[in-house]
Amino acid sequence: MISPGTMAAVRASGAVPSSEYLLQAEGVRKEFPGVVALDDVQFKLKRGTVHALMGENGAGKSTLMKILAGIYTPDHGEIRLRGHEIQLKSPLDALENGIAMIHQELNLMPFMTVSENIWIRREPKNRFGFVDHGEMHRKTAELFKRLKIHIDPDIQVRELSVANRQMVEIAKAVSYESDVLIMDEPTSALTDREVEHLFEIIRDLRSHGIGIVYITHKMNELFEIADEFSVFRDGKYIGTHASSDVTRDDIIRMMVGREITQMFPKEDVPIGEVVLSVKNLTLKGVFHDVSFDVRAGEILGLAGLVGSGRSNVAETIFGVTPATSGTIAINGKDVTIDSPNTAIRHRMAFLTEDRKDTGCLLILDILENMQIAVLQDKFVKNGFVQEGALTKVCEEMSRKLRVKTPNLSERIENLSGGNQQKVLIGRWLLTNPRILILDEPTRGIDVGAKAEIHRFVTELAKDGVAVIMISSELPEVLGMSDRVMVMHEGRVTGILDRAEATQVKVMELAAR
Amino acid sequence: MNTNVTANDAAGHGTAHGRRKLPPELNIFLVLIGIALVFEVLGWLFVGQSFLMNPQRLTIMILQVSVIGIIAIGVTQVIITGGIDLSSGSVVGMTAMIAAGFAQSSTWSRVMYPALADLPAIVPIAIGLLIGLVAGLINGALIAYTRIPPFIATLGMMVSARGVSKWYTKGQPVSGLTDQFTFIGSGIWPVVIFLAVAVIFHIALRYTRYGKFTYAIGANVQAARVSGINVEAHLVKVYAIAGALAGLAGLVTAARAQTAQAGMGVMYELDAIAAAVIGGTSLAGGVGRITGTVIGTVILGVMTSGFTFLRVDAYYQEIIKGAIIVAAVVTDVYRQKKRKT
Repeated sequence: MISPGTMAAVRASGAVPSSEYLLQAEGVRKEFPGVVALDDVQFKLKRGTVHALMGENGAGKSTLMKILAGIYTPDHGEIRLRGHEIQLKSPLDALENGIAMIHQELNLMPFMTVSENIWIRREPKNRFGFVDHGEMHRKTAELFKRLKIHIDPDIQVRELSVANRQMVEIAKAVSYESDVLIMDEPTSALTDREVEHLFEIIRDLRSHGIGIVYITHKMNELFEIADEFSVFRDGKYIGTHASSDVTRDDIIRMMVGREITQMFPKEDVPIGEVVLSVKNLTLKGVFHDVSFDVRAGEILGLAGLVGSGRSNVAETIFGVTPATSGTIAINGKDVTIDSPNTAIRHRMAFLTEDRKDTGCLLILDILENMQIAVLQDKFVKNGFVQEGALTKVCEEMSRKLRVKTPNLSERIENLSGGNQQKVLIGRWLLTNPRILILDEPTRGIDVGAKAEIHRFVTELAKDGVAVIMISSELPEVLGMSDRVMVMHEGRVTGILDRAEATQVKVMELAAR
Repeated sequence: MNTNVTANDAAGHGTAHGRRKLPPELNIFLVLIGIALVFEVLGWLFVGQSFLMNPQRLTIMILQVSVIGIIAIGVTQVIITGGIDLSSGSVVGMTAMIAAGFAQSSTWSRVMYPALADLPAIVPIAIGLLIGLVAGLINGALIAYTRIPPFIATLGMMVSARGVSKWYTKGQPVSGLTDQFTFIGSGIWPVVIFLAVAVIFHIALRYTRYGKFTYAIGANVQAARVSGINVEAHLVKVYAIAGALAGLAGLVTAARAQTAQAGMGVMYELDAIAAAVIGGTSLAGGVGRITGTVIGTVILGVMTSGFTFLRVDAYYQEIIKGAIIVAAVVTDVYRQKKRKT
C-alpha cells in the first residue's frame, strides 16, 4: 500500500513502474443511503486505449467514474494505479496521480481567461513572485498547438462556446501530464464537426499512451472511438469486450438485459385538426419568419444543428422569451403568449432542454417537483393545496411512468437522469396538455428509459395531443415524427413529410 | 385515505408517506435543550440557583425575543426564495414612530397631530401594518422588476426607512400612547402575537400554493418560471409579507415600550436572520421551516437570558453570541455534506 503522496513523488522522479494495466479497480462497492450504487464491480484500463463505460442511467457508471477520479471513496475494493494500490482522497489527489476528469458540467471559471483557467494553482511566476502572464500565454499557445486547438489563450472563458470550453478542459487535463483521462459524455453538446475534432485529439492522446475512460450513450461513438468497452447494469459489472467483436444489438442486450425490438414504436394515429398554428414568428436577432402548423395527434420533429434556433422557437411559443413579431393561434384563435403561465392556461406544456438548469427543483422531493405546474390551476381550494388528492395522482403518474424510487419524498437530485426526466414529464402530463413541446427529451438518458419515453410520446399522440419534439439525434427525429421541420441559422429551411425525410435530406437542410 | 396509505406500506410499495423521516428541526431542538442545560449546570455552579426553574425569567426571555421572532418569520420566507431582507430593523423603527403618532393620548403634550388624540387603537395598528406592507412592496418590486440583488434593494430601504423614522419627529420620541394601543405590548400579548403569526405562516408554507411556490422559486427560479409561476408577482408578495410583519413588530415594540423612538429596531434584522439561519433556513434558498425559526428565536433568547443570569459582561455576550451563530451554521453545513456523500 503506497500513499498517493509517495506515488506523486515517484511520478515526479520519472521512475514510473510499468504494469499491464494503467488503472485497475477490483471488488468495488459503494452504498448510498438506501441504494447500492456499485456492487463488486471491476474495471481495467489498458495503456493507450479508449475504454468506454456503457450502461443505462443508474447502472453505476457515474459512481465508478467518480471513485476513479477521487470524488467518492469506495466502501470496499481496491484501486490500482500502474499495479500499485492507491487510495484517492480528493479530485486534486487524483489529478496529482495523473488521473484527470472532464465533467459533463464544465468546471471552468467564466470570468477568467483561458490560460488562467488552465494554469490555475500552477501559474508561472516571475522573479518578483507575481504571475508571469507572458509565460503563461506562451505555455498555453504551445499546448494548444500540440492539440491543434484554435482558441485565443487570453479570451475570457465566458465568451467561448460549449465545444471550445470542452477543448479548454481537455487541454487543462493534458497539461497535468495525466495518464488517465476520464470523459463524461463529452459530445453531448457538440456539433458533428466539433465531435470530429474531439476524436482527433483523443486518437492523438491515445497514440501517446494515455488511457481514456469514455462514458457515452451513443452507440456510433462507441464503434468509432472505443477500443474496449465495459457494461454495467443496476450497479453490477456485466462484462468487458473489444468493440470490434460485437454488434449494436449485443451491447443493447447487455445493457438492458433484455431484447429491445422496437426502438421507435411509431404508430399511425388519426391526425386531427390544426391545434397550433405559428405564422412569421420572429425573435429579433435569434430567429425569423418561422411558420408551421401542428395537428392533434401529430408529432412534428424539429431538427437542426445546435445554435440553429430550434430551442429558441420552443421557448418563444411557450412565452419564456415572448416573440417580437408574428402570430400564434391555438385552435384557430389568435392568442398572445407573454409568459409560461399564459401558455399553461392555453394547455401547453414544455419539457426544457436542460434538466438541471430549467427543469428540476433539485433540492426538493419528487412529489414537489411533479406537482408544481399543475398547481397553477388545479388541486387548489382557497389557496390550500389538496394534498391527499394530489399525492394520489402523483403516485399514479409515477407508477405509470415507472419512476424508479423507493418513495416520492426522495429528493429528485438523488435520481438518475432518466428517472428525473420521467418525473418532469409527469409534471407536464398532470396538466393534461393539448400541445406538448419536448426539447431533447432523451438527452443523456439510457436506452431503456429512452424507449419508455418514446412509448409515452406515442401514446400521447394517440390521445390527440399535438407534439413538437426537438432532438439532436436524427434517428430519433426520423423514427418518431410525422413531419420534420428543419432549421438553420434562425430560419426554417424545410418541412419534410415522414415518407421523404431521410438522414441525408435533413442534414442537407440543416447544414446548407 | 389513511387506511389506503397503511395498506400500501404493508405491501411494501413506496408512497409519499412511506417512511416518516425525523423532522429536520429535531437536531436544532436538541441544541436548544443542550444550551439550556449548560446554563442550568453553570447556574448551580456559579450563581447557586436554577436557570430553568424560574418562570419569571423564562417569561421575560420569551417576551424579549417575540419581536425578533415576528420579524424572523417574514425573513425566513424571504430567505427561502433565495433572497435576504436587511430592512426589517429600520422598518420596525419607522412603523413604531409613525403609528405612535396616531396613538397618542390627549392627556399628554403631543409631538404629532395635536388634533388627532385618543384615536381608537385600530387606526395606528392599521397604519403601522400598511406602512410595513408598503416598505415590503417597494423592496419586492425593486427586486422582482429591476432585478437588482435583494441585498442592495433592502440595504437601500434599511437606510431610507431609518431616515424616515428620524425625520418624522425630527428625532423627538413619541410618548403618552393610549392604553388601548399599549395593550398589544402588555403582559404576554407579544408572545401570543408571535406564536399566532408563527402558526399562520407555518400553515401557509406547508399547506398552501403560496408556500409551494415560495420553495420552488428558491430551489430553481428558472424552473419555477417555466412551470408557470409568476415569479415577479410572487416575490413582491413574499417581501410585502415580510414588510408587514416587520411593521407588526414595530407596533409591538412601541406598545411594549409605551413610547416610540427613532432608534428602535436597530440591528433587529440581523438577529432575525440569525434566528432563521440557526433554525435551519438555508441562505442558498429552497430550504427552511417556521418551526425551525421559532426554535432559532428561542435559542437567541436563551443565550441572552442565560448570559445575563450568569452575569457575563455584555461585551463578552456579543462576542460569544456571534461565535455560536457561526458555529450553528457550520455544523449544519457539515451535516448536510455528510448526508450527501
